[in-house]
Amino acid sequence: MSLLLDLVKEEFNEKRASIPNFSAGDTVNIHVKIREGNKERIQQFQGVVIQRRNVNTNGETFTVRKVSNQIGLERIFPLLSPNIEKIELVRRGVVRRARLFYLRGLSGKASRIKEKRK
Amino acid sequence: MTSLFTPEGKSVPCTLIEAGPCTVTQVKTVDNDGYAAVQLGFGERKEKNTPNALAGHFKKANATPKKKVVEFRLEDTTLSLGDIVKADLFEEGEFVDAIGTSKGKGFQGVVKRYNFAGVGGQTHGQHNRGRHPGSIGACSWPSRVFKGMRMAGRMGGDRVKIQNLRVLKVIADRNVIVVSGSVPGAKNSYIVLEK
Repeated sequence: MSLLLDLVKEEFNEKRASIPNFSAGDTVNIHVKIREGNKERIQQFQGVVIQRRNVNTNGETFTVRKVSNQIGLERIFPLLSPNIEKIELVRRGVVRRARLFYLRGLSGKASRIKEKRK
Repeated sequence: MTSLFTPEGKSVPCTLIEAGPCTVTQVKTVDNDGYAAVQLGFGERKEKNTPNALAGHFKKANATPKKKVVEFRLEDTTLSLGDIVKADLFEEGEFVDAIGTSKGKGFQGVVKRYNFAGVGGQTHGQHNRGRHPGSIGACSWPSRVFKGMRMAGRMGGDRVKIQNLRVLKVIADRNVIVVSGSVPGAKNSYIVLEK
């Protein structure tokens, strides 16, 4: 069966290769296609990745959190969605866990994430 | 199971099914057998594990021994003995039914097995019968429990048919079809597809 599943996975190989390798703690900028009637435009959503779920499957999603006007905003994106035009890696962060739900309880200086230096 | 995306960006859950190649192992006719049907064989089986009677049956169709043999009622068909049926029989967008054997669930109570509601509360003096079936009948008449009364027992392992699964994709060179949704049974189990 796993062989069969690879058949569908292969379809997304190209898309997968175009996505930068990011993980929880990184800041990303996502270009999302938005359809309004017949028009299509691109909206950007920049924030910290707080988790990646169902990794290495077609249903893989990731959650991006940003704070705008003192209101926390989280958005879940399917990684392989055709509505995602581009994912830019803005900043790599140093974190010690895979799911950063603790960020929800923090604000301001406390919610900073150290940048990863090479 | 896995998932695919529609052009609009919706994620669709889907199942991959190896649909063929099947060999026509017998064509039944009204004159000969009393009803019209086509028998298809799928999957390879070792010759040493094939009973002699079956081996002869496959030999008649000029085929290797098959693991599964299933009959389909077809009134008029162009298929003849030894023909090979492949996944390109299906078209994208059409609906198929899948018949399989559901996963065994073991001994289950009535709440899981028959969707009984249970008692529904923790209060009013009850403390230890939250998932019990309740009454199973009256007392002095009929002084017995009616046949077919729904009670706890073995669940799963039944023949289940799921109707109207949309064919999302046909991968003809690998004999694979992709249908939306789930099909009965465990991974790698056999199912029957009907158009």
